[in-house]
Amino acid sequence: MRLDVILRIAAKLMIPFIMLFAIYVQFHGHYSPGGGFQAGVIIAAAVILYAIVFGISAALRVMPRAAVEFMVPLGVGIYAGTGIVSMLLGRPFLDYDPLLADPVAGQYWGVFIVEVGVLVTVAGAMLAIFYAFALRGRP
Amino acid sequence: MSLIQAISAAAGGAAAVPAGPALGLIEQLPGLQVALPMLGAVLAALLRPGWLAYAVMLVVALLSPVISFAILHEVLAYGPISYEMGGWEPPVGIEYRIDEANAFLLVLVSIMMAMVTIYAPRATASEIPARLHSWYYAMLLICFCGLQGMAITGDAFNIFVFMEISSLAMYALIAMGKDRRALVAAYQYLVIGTIGATFYVLGIGLAFALTGTLNLVDLAVKLDPVQDSRGALAALAFISVGIGLKLALFPLHLWLPNAYAFAPSVATALIASTATKVAVYILVRFVYSVYGVDISETMAYDTAFVLLLASIAMIAPSLVAVFQSNVKRMLAYSSVAQIGYIMVGVALLNEAGLTGGLSHLFNHAIIKGCLFLAVGCVVYSTGITKIDQMAGLGRTMPLTMGAFVVAGLGLIGVPGTAGFVSKWYLIQGAAEVGYWWLVAAIVIASLIAVFYVGRVVELAWFREARGAAASPRAPAPEMLAVTWALALAVLYFGFQTDISAGVPAQAAEVLLNGYTGGAMPVAETQGGVSLGE
Repeated sequence: MRLDVILRIAAKLMIPFIMLFAIYVQFHGHYSPGGGFQAGVIIAAAVILYAIVFGISAALRVMPRAAVEFMVPLGVGIYAGTGIVSMLLGRPFLDYDPLLADPVAGQYWGVFIVEVGVLVTVAGAMLAIFYAFALRGRP
Repeated sequence: MSLIQAISAAAGGAAAVPAGPALGLIEQLPGLQVALPMLGAVLAALLRPGWLAYAVMLVVALLSPVISFAILHEVLAYGPISYEMGGWEPPVGIEYRIDEANAFLLVLVSIMMAMVTIYAPRATASEIPARLHSWYYAMLLICFCGLQGMAITGDAFNIFVFMEISSLAMYALIAMGKDRRALVAAYQYLVIGTIGATFYVLGIGLAFALTGTLNLVDLAVKLDPVQDSRGALAALAFISVGIGLKLALFPLHLWLPNAYAFAPSVATALIASTATKVAVYILVRFVYSVYGVDISETMAYDTAFVLLLASIAMIAPSLVAVFQSNVKRMLAYSSVAQIGYIMVGVALLNEAGLTGGLSHLFNHAIIKGCLFLAVGCVVYSTGITKIDQMAGLGRTMPLTMGAFVVAGLGLIGVPGTAGFVSKWYLIQGAAEVGYWWLVAAIVIASLIAVFYVGRVVELAWFREARGAAASPRAPAPEMLAVTWALALAVLYFGFQTDISAGVPAQAAEVLLNGYTGGAMPVAETQGGVSLGE
């Protein structure tokens, strides 16, 4: 009988809800405290909890290092890419008005896409830092 | 798109607001100047192997000078440009505001980036492990993006953000050096750089509390009635010390020598020729444009203090440079001294002085860039970084050391080189206000430069080559070509001063007028802050 059974069961129960909460924070970033940064940190926290309870190799199977290192620039790319699209549509960098026919909707979804970019980069960066420490000394 | 539109129509449902007129390519240039390196950095970080990332960096680095020259042309022809980031009108939104002063700086930074990029591939291959190449190029691009952003933006907090972007990239770049001491150097810089950024943001916070705005032009207008208040002066003090740490003004320079000495060659050349220069510009922008040189009687004591520090900075680090054994460390101490020259020009508060300071900012970037790239060639061919091992290098690597000599003459300020022009303006500025001790300090510091440059030149050209110096590996042609291009630029700008002194003169005029429109004529300002009183 493993002694950490309570931890394992509790973690299994909690991780999905942590992820769900991250998505809630992401979608409610416009109306309540939250947004891409916080959501990214919460997602990373879920993976880190998984790594602490089930071991780093299990976490690496879920979130390989290469994927994490891909996420860091990808999020910035989503952010900057949104800005470039605004420029191609004839408005200044990161002006969301022209993204959709209706400028208000353009602002709404523009901010949302940018926040998704923030989420991807922040989650990636947090995990990259965690892996860098956790895997120190390994090839 | 149509699906999203359908959803958004349901979600938003507001009536369409007519958008402003579509912007053409020329109007988009300020945005592109920063967005392009950022997007390039993303691509470089995603692409493997390293040469693909390098190709991205090359495209970005060659396009950027085109953009910045176009911006400079626009500014010189039609006056300051304003770009509304995100379509939000200033002063609420972030404004990119470009006048003669920062258009000039954008040109300088992007040219140095282009030069360093052409130089980079083989120097990088010999210094950085292959698996890190993509990240290394991405870091160079992010650093470039941050510096361009600091130079272009007209928003005080945006300056802080870009300062952090460039500094974080610099910490990583310095830590990538081959020598293990690079890690300690990067850590020192991280600690000191963070303190600097914190001080800056505290200053901005105070100014924001007083005025409720972050836009530099708006800040200048709203600080005008309260600028003698304790809050405004404290804000200026915090900003000056914070930026002083970033630009390595003596005695806040302690991070600089190790950082320059142990960073990879390419990173050293880029950082040495651009990062401190952009920080100088930020300080100049706050002191001249936002606060205005007529600020108060208190200011006279401040500038006297800065002049004193700058004079010590010219001489003391030069003396330290004479006794260095590592050539990159020697050049780093010389950089601290050159920042002293620039700060003398800034603190003189007259047009000749400021022209000299800005001109020296440009000339020193080229000179020090050339010197560090020449040392990079030496490291690439022989692995030598110690000065005493450089004996005889002039005979075995005549082209590289030839460029070193030319740029070294520029550093000393020999007539016919770029360094002479800017020092001439500085001396003129100092003489105008009758500070003959300052003229003497400038001349003495230049004489000390003869010693530390001469020491390397003497060893390299008048001694027999021994050890690694006797049989160097053939230098890479593109590395030599870039080094010599900069060496020739040092000579060119010694005679042709339209860009290196003409544009700074215009920039100095704009800066002396300040954002609030030069309520105080220059001559009058002179009297107000003169030390003679």
